[in-house]
Amino acid sequence: MNNKLLVSPSPHIHGGDSISKKMYGVLIALIPAFLVSLYYFGIGALLITLASVGFCVIFEYLIQKYLMKGKPTIWDGSAIITGVLLAFNLPSNLPVWIVAIGALVSIGVGKMTFGGLGNNIFNPALVGRVFLLISFPAQMTVWPKPITTRWTFFPAVPADQIDALTGATPLSMIKNHFGKVPDYMDMLLGNMGGSFGEVGAIALILGFIYLLYKKIIVWHIPVVTVLTVVIFTGIMHLVNPDTYAAPLVHVLSGGLLLGAIFMATDYVTSPMTKKGMVVYATGIGVITSVIRLFGAYPEGVSFAILIMNALTPLINTYFKPKRFGR
Amino acid sequence: MLRTFRIGGIHPPENKLSAGKKIKALPLPEQVIIPVGQHIGAPAKVIVAKGDTVKTGTLIAEANGFISANIHSSVSGTVIKIDDITDASGYKRPAIFIKVEGDEWEEGIDTSDVLIENTDASSEDIIQQIKNAGIVGLGGATFPTQVKLSPPPGKTAEILIINGVECEPYLTSDHALMLEKGKEIMIGIRLLQKALNVKRAVIGIENNKEDAITHLTELAIHYPGIEVCSLKVQYPQGGEKQLVDAILKKQIPSGALPIEVGAVVQNIGTVFAVYEAVQKNKPLIERVVTVTGKGVKDPANYLVRIGTSMNILIEASGGLPENTAKIVGGGPMMGKALVSPDIPVTKGSSGILILPKKETERRPVYNCIRCGKCVSICPMALEPYLLMTLSELCLLEKAEENAIMDCIECGSCTYTCPANRPLLDYIRLGKGKTGAIIRSRK
Amino acid sequence: MNLILLAVISLSAIGAIAALILYFASRKFKVYEDPNIALVEGILPAANCGGCGFPGCKGFAEACVNANFLDGISCPVGGAEVMTKIASVLGRTVEVTTPMIAVVRCNGSCENRPRTNIYDGATSCAVASALYGGDTGCSYGCFGFGDCVASCLFNAIRINPETMLPEVSEDACTACGACVKACPRNIIELRKKGPKSRRVYVSCINKDKGAVARKACKVACIACRKCEKICPFEAITVENNLAYIDYNKCKLCRKCVPECPTNAIHELNFPPRKEKIEVTEGNVAS
Repeated sequence: MNNKLLVSPSPHIHGGDSISKKMYGVLIALIPAFLVSLYYFGIGALLITLASVGFCVIFEYLIQKYLMKGKPTIWDGSAIITGVLLAFNLPSNLPVWIVAIGALVSIGVGKMTFGGLGNNIFNPALVGRVFLLISFPAQMTVWPKPITTRWTFFPAVPADQIDALTGATPLSMIKNHFGKVPDYMDMLLGNMGGSFGEVGAIALILGFIYLLYKKIIVWHIPVVTVLTVVIFTGIMHLVNPDTYAAPLVHVLSGGLLLGAIFMATDYVTSPMTKKGMVVYATGIGVITSVIRLFGAYPEGVSFAILIMNALTPLINTYFKPKRFGR
Repeated sequence: MLRTFRIGGIHPPENKLSAGKKIKALPLPEQVIIPVGQHIGAPAKVIVAKGDTVKTGTLIAEANGFISANIHSSVSGTVIKIDDITDASGYKRPAIFIKVEGDEWEEGIDTSDVLIENTDASSEDIIQQIKNAGIVGLGGATFPTQVKLSPPPGKTAEILIINGVECEPYLTSDHALMLEKGKEIMIGIRLLQKALNVKRAVIGIENNKEDAITHLTELAIHYPGIEVCSLKVQYPQGGEKQLVDAILKKQIPSGALPIEVGAVVQNIGTVFAVYEAVQKNKPLIERVVTVTGKGVKDPANYLVRIGTSMNILIEASGGLPENTAKIVGGGPMMGKALVSPDIPVTKGSSGILILPKKETERRPVYNCIRCGKCVSICPMALEPYLLMTLSELCLLEKAEENAIMDCIECGSCTYTCPANRPLLDYIRLGKGKTGAIIRSRK
Repeated sequence: MNLILLAVISLSAIGAIAALILYFASRKFKVYEDPNIALVEGILPAANCGGCGFPGCKGFAEACVNANFLDGISCPVGGAEVMTKIASVLGRTVEVTTPMIAVVRCNGSCENRPRTNIYDGATSCAVASALYGGDTGCSYGCFGFGDCVASCLFNAIRINPETMLPEVSEDACTACGACVKACPRNIIELRKKGPKSRRVYVSCINKDKGAVARKACKVACIACRKCEKICPFEAITVENNLAYIDYNKCKLCRKCVPECPTNAIHELNFPPRKEKIEVTEGNVAS
């Protein structure tokens, strides 16, 4: 035997799990939602997803290579996820240059300024999304109508015809007391206005089941978040059913499911312990409900998650697991 | 629902390649090298000199202090020299070199296979005999057994737990022993029960060893007070705290011994050694060692004399495979990587595991992605990611607050980490430093 | 216009109220601090390295002001210069300390000390040292994973990629002692810098018997005691199979250096030896 022996501390075997396996698992879980968005929003959804993923990966590569002078790790899948999640939170008629700005903010500000994957405090996709929402409120709150805009290539549509193709989300209908809120069946399937990735409750729940099955996430954050929203909005609905919509409407519309399943559960920015996760998820649910019911914005999932992201280090410090034998 | 411990745990591939293989006795080697520090505690004091003739079973180094153990010659022959050898970890340690000449046993040792069932010896006699025979915990911790059998004042043992879990992947030496020496083990348990004056004894076995469970359950019918408990396969069930939790549903308080909840835990190998020591007057001079690994031609369980070079065992199993990258003394989760295969088998060697590069090489380390896997699988409910950072930054007070001393070094965190972080490497370091600080306070 | 006026007035009002609160708060919660502390801190190099044994430069300044004598307290980074300044500010005297420097006492480069196994654990000397004797036959020598480099606040030490051994930069090293503490094997020692940075030292700490040490490393000290015998000043002692040169007794005569059969004794920053010695030796031999 000529080769030298390896020596290392125990353990000497590894489970074989890796960051990229987990990341690609999440991407697979996003496929049903992507298919639904393609069905309802067609070319627009495809274009924006491709643009967003492309820009995120390119920016990550450039920043890692030239600013951080490190080895780019674009193939670990985290930049792709950020790209997909950012895209899913955008209306399908958004101009591509705005998508590029969103990607730059997501990757550049949301992720790389903190030192890359693992060090960021906020969910990068949401940082980008909220930045766009505040910077381009007009473009970010027009929602193309499902199915009818399937074959519409928005960059080619004249500005005066856009209005005919767009509508409102159920939540803004409720907030502003106009329009007809879609029925539950449409909501489950995704036949409603909104960011193109957040429609289609069934598809998102399918992804959730896959994530649970693959043990990529645990159930605590999504379930507790949704439950909190149901309880909170349910109480308000009982108090005044005319002003406040039924809890099921709140669950199925807007970004609640997408946020609770795919963004609140982001490893880096969510707490480590089960106890902490419950506290964090409750916080998201309460803040989301408060913004939706009493705030100026019709939707508040993004803000809720970002606020709780900021509290995550604190939660990690104060909610420790119950130690063995203590 | 099968019993198992309640916090954390992982399930690595079991890979019990040598399961069901008969225990093979190896021919005597030409020379044995017996280190004088084979146990936790003070190394034994050498009482032979160069040129002395020894018989198999002759005391060659005696216990040096309360926590220490006798060491006997495992062969008959001449002491060539007492010199330093490079041990498994590359440090120099004193050892006794004996040239083998024939196989003459010390008088009074029963070398026959006859089963002696009579367990009339008194508690003191049993403990004294165990002490004389130099028995230590054979599960790997090598803690002198007689110390464990003498509960501190004010504490009484209520239950004896026999550890037949063998939760480490690959290893099968305890399994083989349970299959082949079932009756001896039952008598050994009886002796330990007498020594501790406890009525109840439970043998915990993971249910991947169905044959051993059936075999021992059948035998236990004839030994009232001894029961077999089948456990769900989960690592690290062989850890004392986890095993007690699995069987009694009681958590041993932090920093305490199992006796705190009225339990004493002994390994299967130890039980067999106790039988031999008390019934046959035979000191601990041989043990069962598994030689295994996916590239190994003939993975097997061997009965070898202490001090035999591991090279001989590896040769008996078909030699080192071409793609050998690492040789581990013990199991893949908690074993020690050897710097060379030319080191002697000691009382604590439960196996020799030969791993190829692909299986064992550490992968590139990435940032912690805070996925929380390590927290969820830690059997002691610690936060490995945090302890690693605290150890790295030498924030030892913080580490102590976060219960770093509770870590049992099972390695589940490093095994699981998707970012391939060397969690346990740093935690062990921090634990060592924190331990030193705690001791200096006293 | 009104709007602007209103804004100016309201903002000024807020400012004034805040200023009042701050003023009273600073009055109420004022803590007296010896102004000398700030003065001394200003003189210090502000490296906060902790090499003096106090928590940072501020802690050192407090200690200086509170102590009656400056004996025994010294800033290893600033050296005598800074200490004299501090003494003059505080009106005290200071004993002159000799400048020191960190010295790496291992020369086991890849060539001199062949590797016998490959370390595959966490890249930290402390972790490796806690695990085992090391990837060579020498269980005393340098690992080369750079715990010392990580500990140095002055970028004064680096691992030479060819030898995989640390090298100390003469100019940058302040002898703060951080690397000495960081090295788990105590290879690095603070030694007298010496006149014109000239130093003689044994570059080995292997305490194994000569033959074992020699087998592991070509340049190990084998404790042959030749240096001990030739030293005219009794500066060299051999204990536990290892020679050590006491830098307080050593007069830098360099007689021990050529005497060492394994070249374990190093001399630094000396002018080249005169050829004469070798010539005379050659003459004697012929």
